Amino acid sequence: MADKQQQVVVKRARHKSSVKDPGTPGVLKMTKDRFTFMANDPSSPVKLNVEFRTIKGHKFTKDGTKQALLNLTQDQGGNYIFEFENFPDRNVCKDFVASAIALSGEAGRTVPEKSAVPIQDEQLSAAEMERRIKLLQEDSDLQKLHKQFVIGGILSEAEFWATRKKLLEQNYSRRPKQRVALKNDMWSTKPLADGQSNRVTFNLTPEIILQIFAEKPAVRQAYLNFVPNKMTEKEFWTKYSRAEYLHSTKNVIAAAAEAAEDEELAVFLKQDDMLVNEARKKIRQVDPTLDMEADEGDDYMHLPIQDHGLPRNDNKDVLDSQYEPYRRSFSQHLNQHAAVVLQGRVIDVELGDTRSVAEALARTKHAELAKDASDVYLDKERLERISRMTEIEDLQAPRDPAVAPLSIKDPRDYFDSQQANAFSTLGDTVSGAKQLKCSVSTREAYCSLKECISEIKFQGLTEPTINSEVAFKVLNGLAQNISSNKYHLGRNPNESILDSLPKITREELLLHWSSIQELLKHFWSSYPITTKYLLTKATKLKDAMSQIYPKLQEIKESVQSDLRHQVSLLVQPMLQSSVFMDQAFCCRL
Amino acid sequence: MSPPVPSKILTDDVSLLMVLIDSNPHFWSSIKPHFSFSKFLSHVLAFLNSILLLNQLNQVVVIATGINSCGYVFDSSSGSVSQRAESLLPKLEEFAENDESLSERDDDSGNGVGSSLLSGSLSMALCYIQRVFRSGPLHPQPRIICLHGSPDGPGQYVAIMNSIFSAQRSMVPIDSCVIGIQHSAFLQQASYITGGVYLKPQQLDGLFQYLATVFATDLHSRNFLQLPKPVGVDFRASCFCHKNTIDMGFICSVCLSIFCKHQKKCSTCGMLPNVCRSIFGQAQTRDPSASQQRK
Repeated sequence: MADKQQQVVVKRARHKSSVKDPGTPGVLKMTKDRFTFMANDPSSPVKLNVEFRTIKGHKFTKDGTKQALLNLTQDQGGNYIFEFENFPDRNVCKDFVASAIALSGEAGRTVPEKSAVPIQDEQLSAAEMERRIKLLQEDSDLQKLHKQFVIGGILSEAEFWATRKKLLEQNYSRRPKQRVALKNDMWSTKPLADGQSNRVTFNLTPEIILQIFAEKPAVRQAYLNFVPNKMTEKEFWTKYSRAEYLHSTKNVIAAAAEAAEDEELAVFLKQDDMLVNEARKKIRQVDPTLDMEADEGDDYMHLPIQDHGLPRNDNKDVLDSQYEPYRRSFSQHLNQHAAVVLQGRVIDVELGDTRSVAEALARTKHAELAKDASDVYLDKERLERISRMTEIEDLQAPRDPAVAPLSIKDPRDYFDSQQANAFSTLGDTVSGAKQLKCSVSTREAYCSLKECISEIKFQGLTEPTINSEVAFKVLNGLAQNISSNKYHLGRNPNESILDSLPKITREELLLHWSSIQELLKHFWSSYPITTKYLLTKATKLKDAMSQIYPKLQEIKESVQSDLRHQVSLLVQPMLQSSVFMDQAFCCRL
Repeated sequence: MSPPVPSKILTDDVSLLMVLIDSNPHFWSSIKPHFSFSKFLSHVLAFLNSILLLNQLNQVVVIATGINSCGYVFDSSSGSVSQRAESLLPKLEEFAENDESLSERDDDSGNGVGSSLLSGSLSMALCYIQRVFRSGPLHPQPRIICLHGSPDGPGQYVAIMNSIFSAQRSMVPIDSCVIGIQHSAFLQQASYITGGVYLKPQQLDGLFQYLATVFATDLHSRNFLQLPKPVGVDFRASCFCHKNTIDMGFICSVCLSIFCKHQKKCSTCGMLPNVCRSIFGQAQTRDPSASQQRK
């Protein structure tokens, strides 16, 4: 009745006030930070809702004793005793409790209540527990193995994790959390205009403000200069919106007129000099070996707007040059916007406070400038790049040929090729009978070889090289071979038998495979059997293995008849391994 | 031996084909009733000429695999004009003479067919390919095709595996066309690991058709062609001590050498007994279980 093991555990249990107490039956539900117990009888007063923070430890009876008890102790001395119906249930809860306690910041000491031989006495630190839990959460296969063996009581936690130290020690750097990027749509200057009055409403959210500051450094500079000295923020944005509105009407003359009156407004209406400088610097940084003629004509910030060097015949009114600064080019705006969006978020400041946003952006830009100016390394890199691009091939030393990197293959790839071993054992017995017999002496053999060669030399190649019927048969045979392979092994030549099985069967097979590997690993590592502990361990492993055997048979039967043969070939080595383990165990003495 | 290919713009389907021909006289005399060496040669020569016709820049190099030696018998890029494949015949004859002279006294070997020196010819092919790689940035795409029939010599296991791994590393596929009676485990592994094609033709008198249909395909076209795929690969290894093919054996935990019997000391890495004392010591007790890992 457990859901995902790490989220919620729900089990039937009896709550007892002491070990002798028969207890009240009910349902115990555990989540990560608390557990609750509801008695079956609604009139019963026993209702518990306890946070794991208050639970300091847990004790439990050993497997196989009369009662499956779990005792959760608090540090004030109170405790909660639960009796479960069977040991696996109790073990599930016990593990869950251990991890929950560890998560709430305390080390869980596990002390068996009736201690005969202490099996494992591990002092697990909270960090270690956390790492294990995280690893289990991330890798579902590992979790299944863990569930099967540790919860099933075949292996203990220590043994299970002993071979996986490397996994635990890996410093999985925290993957950076995904962040929302800047919006790609340009802030359209279509304000809400209600038809009745002459009011035009602009909506500015902190996001939009950030984007405005990123795209238009002049506006940002103006903000830092004007607010709060010359005007309030609201006035600033009103002026800005007015400027945007003017731009949207494309009425250059009106813009010029207003700019003449209001000098602050003029800032928004004119060209952005800071952008111009940035653009110039970027052009200078372009790799000179690129075959591009970048010259004054490419300074697109100052080009006449309608053409970019292209002559146009249609009559656009040529305005006075005094109106030039008030023109805006959509393409410039678009390019700048695109550059900002691609750069992403450069600052991490909360968006609420406009001033701090502006300051942060200004700071980053300054830092960038300073870095570029003083970057000797950058120059060196550029020189190196130039020399690489302009290298003269004849004067270069020969480069080593490309090599394929070492490929450590997934062991599952060999899963399918195991069946070939079955084939080869068949094949050998068949063709082994037809051993080649050479009853000719060496000299005669060479003679006949040389005769054959001279035969061709004098007679030439046979005409036709190949009989048409034979060719036809060969082609048919090949085609049939390929199509039957495709049928049996799937459309994709890299596809394997595994993929053609239904998903559940495949998962089960792979799980059995990995559990058998695990069992074998532990079995052989406990050889030679010198102590009683090792003997019990080996017995447990052998029993577990013998349990897998019938499951494999079941799988074989459940598969469709046309796949059955291939599946039985796949399964055969697994069955063999269980047989071998039995044999090895029997003849250990 | 030959001038490097001039660096022009090479299209995707230009190939350099290294053909390894099995010239084991014992094998050919034992297979005589079914298929003769002359018929085999006629199929192969026609195939080589067709490869040369497929593309002007194609190159073919033929290496003969004897029982005592291996040698280059044909190189299409030698000489000013691209040569026809028939010019390999006199060289092949020379090679057979040479091979014969290298064999020991005329021992009437009525005992089975020996194996030919596949490892030697694989190494020669790979060396030639490496030279081509270093000849310039543009060169045809190399691949190796083994026309092999002699049985596998377990003594060559280590050398063949080494050449297979270096072929894998240089990304050179090894195709195998097995004309003998039984499958060849080495060539199966070679083709599997390097990504080549393994084929055992059912009808040997249609050999040219097999060669032209399957083995003439260049590497670029193989991305979108369906070629016959073997059902499984025989991954068995040979033991290092007796060179027998084994399924189960003992492995040295240090250098992973394979032995068929329990060893006191590993012959490859020379692990001294006192280091593995706990393991070797057990062998003296009644415990017969595997002390080193079992395969």
